[in-house]
Amino acid sequence: MTRDERPYPDEPAGSFPEPPVSFEDREGRAIEIRPYEDDDETFEAVVAMYADFDPADRAQGIPPATESRIRDWLEVLLDGLNVVAWHGGEPVGHATLVPDGEAYELAIFVHQDYQRAGIGSKLIQALLGHGRANDVEKVWLTVERWNHAAVNLYESVGFETAGSESFEIEMSLRL
Amino acid sequence: MNVLLGIGGSDDSLRALERTVERAQAAGDELTIAVLDNPESDREVDDIRSRIDEVLTAAEFTAEVRRVTGDPGSRLVDLAEREGFDQLVLGGGQRSPMGKIQLGHISEFVLLNSPVTVTLVR
Repeated sequence: MTRDERPYPDEPAGSFPEPPVSFEDREGRAIEIRPYEDDDETFEAVVAMYADFDPADRAQGIPPATESRIRDWLEVLLDGLNVVAWHGGEPVGHATLVPDGEAYELAIFVHQDYQRAGIGSKLIQALLGHGRANDVEKVWLTVERWNHAAVNLYESVGFETAGSESFEIEMSLRL
Repeated sequence: MNVLLGIGGSDDSLRALERTVERAQAAGDELTIAVLDNPESDREVDDIRSRIDEVLTAAEFTAEVRRVTGDPGSRLVDLAEREGFDQLVLGGGQRSPMGKIQLGHISEFVLLNSPVTVTLVR
């Protein structure tokens, strides 16, 4: 679907907390979500998280498979709005809004050791709170149609299906 | 080998053109290039044809170029089957702003319906 054809819900989505957000995950770990801080230390920590990512969790070619490609790819994402979930000094999840004309493309990643603990849900809400605070109005994403866990997560925050005629479902949300 | 390359004018299809010509030249394959109607691409047929001429001329390689009108995926699969091609080649998808690969409708149809091996060029 091209940028101009993509439908968005008429009504804006509900309210979202703005980061920083602190909580205990379902495994009892203290997690803090903060906007991405633009320094070398954070960049290297996030690169290391992605370098350790389970290949089975890749979707539509991202995150890339090699560290040098991860670096190039992250540089692109950092032009947008980013939030990182931390457990102590280690990033365990990352969510991003990448500019696409007047809209933003969303993606979210949680390291395999921290999945199924409620972090993804907090992370996407914090990202949308961060986006709204930065005047983001339109958000879209694509998701592989067999990835029901992800589709449910996106629907839980208000995404609606905008197109589903291909291998991927396209979803959109108004902030 | 007898190779059929489908081009609808998207950026990935033009990358596939260059790579497939190189590959056919190296492997001694016979190459036929089908210029398709791709509603997802803005490039005019004449522009696509002149791009093909440029690439073939630069490579000093000869390929048959055909205009294939109508539903692109089904026409391509039909052509491959009817004329006994060994392989179908297409562009490997476009990338979204954040780098997600998105396959076009032609690729999806061909992958699911082709009777011969399909190559997607990255």
